[in-house]
Amino acid sequence: MTDYTRKSATELVALLQAGTVTSVELTQQFLDRIDAFNGVVNAYLHVSAESALATAAEVDRRRASGEALPKLAGLPIAVKDNLTTTDAPTTAGSKMLEGYVAAYDATVVKKLRDNLMPILGKTNLDEFAMGSSTENSAFGPTRNTWSLDRIPGGSGGGSAAAVGGYLAPLAIGSDTGGSIRFPASMTGTVGTKPTYGAVSRYGLIALASSLDQIGPVARSVADAALLQDVIAGHDPHDSTSLPNALDNMLAATENKSVAGLRIGVIKQLTGEGFQAGVQQRFDESIEALKAAGAQIVEVDCPSFEYAVAAYYLILPAEASSNLAKFDSVRFGLRVTPEGSPTIERVMAATREAGFGPEVKRRIILGTYALSSGYYDAYYGSAQKVRTLIQRDFAKAFEVADVLVSPTAPTTAFKLGEKVSDPIAMYLNDIATIPANLAGVPGISLPIGVAPEDGLPVGIQFLAPAMEDARLYQVGAALEEILEQKWGKTMLETGPDLATLVSEVK
Amino acid sequence: MAKAELMDYAKALEQFEVVIGLEVHVELNTNTKMFCGCANSFGDVPNTNVCPICIGLPGSLPAVNRKAVESSISIGLALGCSIAPTGRFARKNYFYPDLAKNFQTSQYDEPIAFEGSIDIEVPSGNVFTVQIERAHMEEDAGKLTHVGGSTGRIQGAEYSLVDYNRAGVPLVEIVTKPVYGAGAEAPELAAAYVRSIREIVKAMNVSDARMERGNVRCDANVSLRPHGQEKLGTRTETKNVNSLRSIERAVRYEIQRQAAILAKGGTITQETRHWHEDKGATSSGRPKSDADDYRYFPEPDLVPVQPSIELIESLRSQLPEKPSDRRKRLQAEWAFGDLEFRDVVNAGLMDQLEETVAAGAKPQAARKWWTGEIARVANAEDKDITELAITSADVADLAALVESGKINDRLAREVLTYVLAGEGSPSAIVANRGLEVVSDDGALIAAIEAALAKHGDVLAAIREGRMQAAGAVIGSVMQAMKGSADAGRVRELIIEMANK
Repeated sequence: MTDYTRKSATELVALLQAGTVTSVELTQQFLDRIDAFNGVVNAYLHVSAESALATAAEVDRRRASGEALPKLAGLPIAVKDNLTTTDAPTTAGSKMLEGYVAAYDATVVKKLRDNLMPILGKTNLDEFAMGSSTENSAFGPTRNTWSLDRIPGGSGGGSAAAVGGYLAPLAIGSDTGGSIRFPASMTGTVGTKPTYGAVSRYGLIALASSLDQIGPVARSVADAALLQDVIAGHDPHDSTSLPNALDNMLAATENKSVAGLRIGVIKQLTGEGFQAGVQQRFDESIEALKAAGAQIVEVDCPSFEYAVAAYYLILPAEASSNLAKFDSVRFGLRVTPEGSPTIERVMAATREAGFGPEVKRRIILGTYALSSGYYDAYYGSAQKVRTLIQRDFAKAFEVADVLVSPTAPTTAFKLGEKVSDPIAMYLNDIATIPANLAGVPGISLPIGVAPEDGLPVGIQFLAPAMEDARLYQVGAALEEILEQKWGKTMLETGPDLATLVSEVK
Repeated sequence: MAKAELMDYAKALEQFEVVIGLEVHVELNTNTKMFCGCANSFGDVPNTNVCPICIGLPGSLPAVNRKAVESSISIGLALGCSIAPTGRFARKNYFYPDLAKNFQTSQYDEPIAFEGSIDIEVPSGNVFTVQIERAHMEEDAGKLTHVGGSTGRIQGAEYSLVDYNRAGVPLVEIVTKPVYGAGAEAPELAAAYVRSIREIVKAMNVSDARMERGNVRCDANVSLRPHGQEKLGTRTETKNVNSLRSIERAVRYEIQRQAAILAKGGTITQETRHWHEDKGATSSGRPKSDADDYRYFPEPDLVPVQPSIELIESLRSQLPEKPSDRRKRLQAEWAFGDLEFRDVVNAGLMDQLEETVAAGAKPQAARKWWTGEIARVANAEDKDITELAITSADVADLAALVESGKINDRLAREVLTYVLAGEGSPSAIVANRGLEVVSDDGALIAAIEAALAKHGDVLAAIREGRMQAAGAVIGSVMQAMKGSADAGRVRELIIEMANK
């Protein structure tokens, strides 16, 4: 039997439409792989075999009857577990929501259902998307499918590992400071954070509302574009969603020319602090783009230096408020302390037991940053930095069509390596955070492995707000150059998951 | 504080200057809630008008109700405020079980309306200008019912029930600047101010404005300072004052209470206080300091509200006339004397009179019924006049029946009691109960002749021009016919008979 799990989403769409493979066959193949490897990888927190197969069967039946179906009908997908679903638990990786089944589907989930895409399951994440390694999940870390003792990045390590490990052709992620792009970089996959507001956040369990953005996780730039075209669009339920839909990205991937494109290398995000192999692959990519006709310029973004600091005030401030609703009154965990259970004591005991250490750290930090007397010095200053970063972007985009940097300073580090050092963990997102603070779109795609450790390296392109198409254009162009050089896809250069898992067992 | 310990009111005013400040919450009567599509409806089965948004389920997001924004702008304009070209919502963060998200989405430093003023007339006829600091939009919280325990408060309760039907209902909070110079009339001014706000929001139909349902709620700030002192005294904020009468009483009580404390050299605690209608007193609530930390920050889930100039001007053009203009107009139209008119205003019966006159009644007749018999019944039953089962159309009907001579005053009062008992319109009651006055001349003539037999010289007296002599005969006829005779017709008939 043909193994369809290795095919790209773009190919699978064609195969499904042609009737070469049925959705049930395809879905079952992914479920079988999940069954075989998820025990070790822990990419999925919940597998929805039954409902996925039911959707698949419906697609096959309707296709057989000659009905015109949505383009992606029958193509399975994984969903990050901070998006609400009515037919599977939504935990956000927290004990607070263990077993919680939402009363409504997130807008993005509804779009997947409207497009008749079987949802394979819900993927692991750092608790409430707070983290860069997926180690903050209350339900155990996800492992990197390139090296099982390494982190897959975070917070969306589950979605990245699911796609990278061929446990799903596509996945939905959310990116607040790099949670799509950083894991993509760690796992040799592609991830896009669209322009803020391009995809509805309705049903996304909020981390930091002004930074959160849902986006595609895929194995190729075209696959990511395919998914963005399905999930993007205005939603009256999300006031911050854009009126104009950025949902014509696949077309942008077809123009693989970078001739004359001005690419700005961000001075502050190269060189010192970046792993040698990461820098090396990055430099090679820049050379390749130059050789393909791109015009390489250097851009200065001095305020980026303060991005991480500003981010770790704005994010905790918003999160401290967004997470206040987890109080045991209406849903989720309830812990009743001994003695007289007043409402305050029940709320406190529940939050004490339900939240993990990183979540508590950020709630305390955010509560402090918003406190009377400290607001101006912390939250206020951070907002000013945010404005400065937006200005840096605006200035840089006067001389460059897209900006570029490595997605992350290093390749995947070992599980446990940075758990006890929050600052070191926060610095992983140094290159991805500015895009969230400015609301501009970014894409990460793999550019080979670092020679010193053989682990994937990612490159990040950034474009002005609303210009997501540029990312797909330049991303697809570079991807094609690299794949021609390698003679295969990035993931095909990686280890076989079955072999890695058998070594663990 | 016991009644005896309060300072005499006049004495308190001799010693201290009263400064008040009023915060009025107006619940808007939009069809749906502030940030979701749930029905904004009073009195439904608890927790039936709820959705993921208003009970704050994970992942849900608010979306602003356009109508609520328009209503808020209208209120601002009616209070002479400027309208902000752009205004962000903010989150007011605090944990309380009636607050689904544990933050209230409100406006903080960018209210939709600011810097207005309104002229308020108090019963004496004095007019005070109340400066409006701001009017901002926010959402209401759910309603808690504390079960068990004696006080109905959360302390001591066995458990509490939450009804989120009210959670997310749109509110406009109108905040005055400190009001100086009202002196002894500060309590009346507070009540008259709230009455004006009610009149305005009702006239614009942006709120049902029923205080007994909490559509209009008032928090009254009161502070005292010795005459001549510049620094404001410590204020208290009395909550739970939900009738005009209570507002007046609560402010008066606070003046007397604070004066008694200050006069003894004591200090006023800055706190919220609760008004108890039954005891006629306030009691200490929770301490409130300016350091209450709600960690306000701009609501990131909502884009700023940016009303266009066109929208603002369109809403301005639809504003009803100012209450003071309306009063002047109505007094002139009705040709009421100052005292007559003030009675109507103070009884809060302007709307009723206007409707009754519009339904065809003469202004004096409308005034007589509303401020007379109907007000008497409301007072006797301790009800708000609007709660009585009588409409302006009923009163106009009643007045028309009297005017046409179909019934007389005595019968009209009888009919009124049947209307209040829910028997239907006055016309229907008169027809059903056969209450019409007897205008059958034959029956009247027979009764007059019987009466004349007892008062033989009456016709002669009338012929001589002594018309008052008819009075005794009319009296007898009315008595004989148990009041169901048309006295005017009886008089006419007697004169006819005399002149035959």
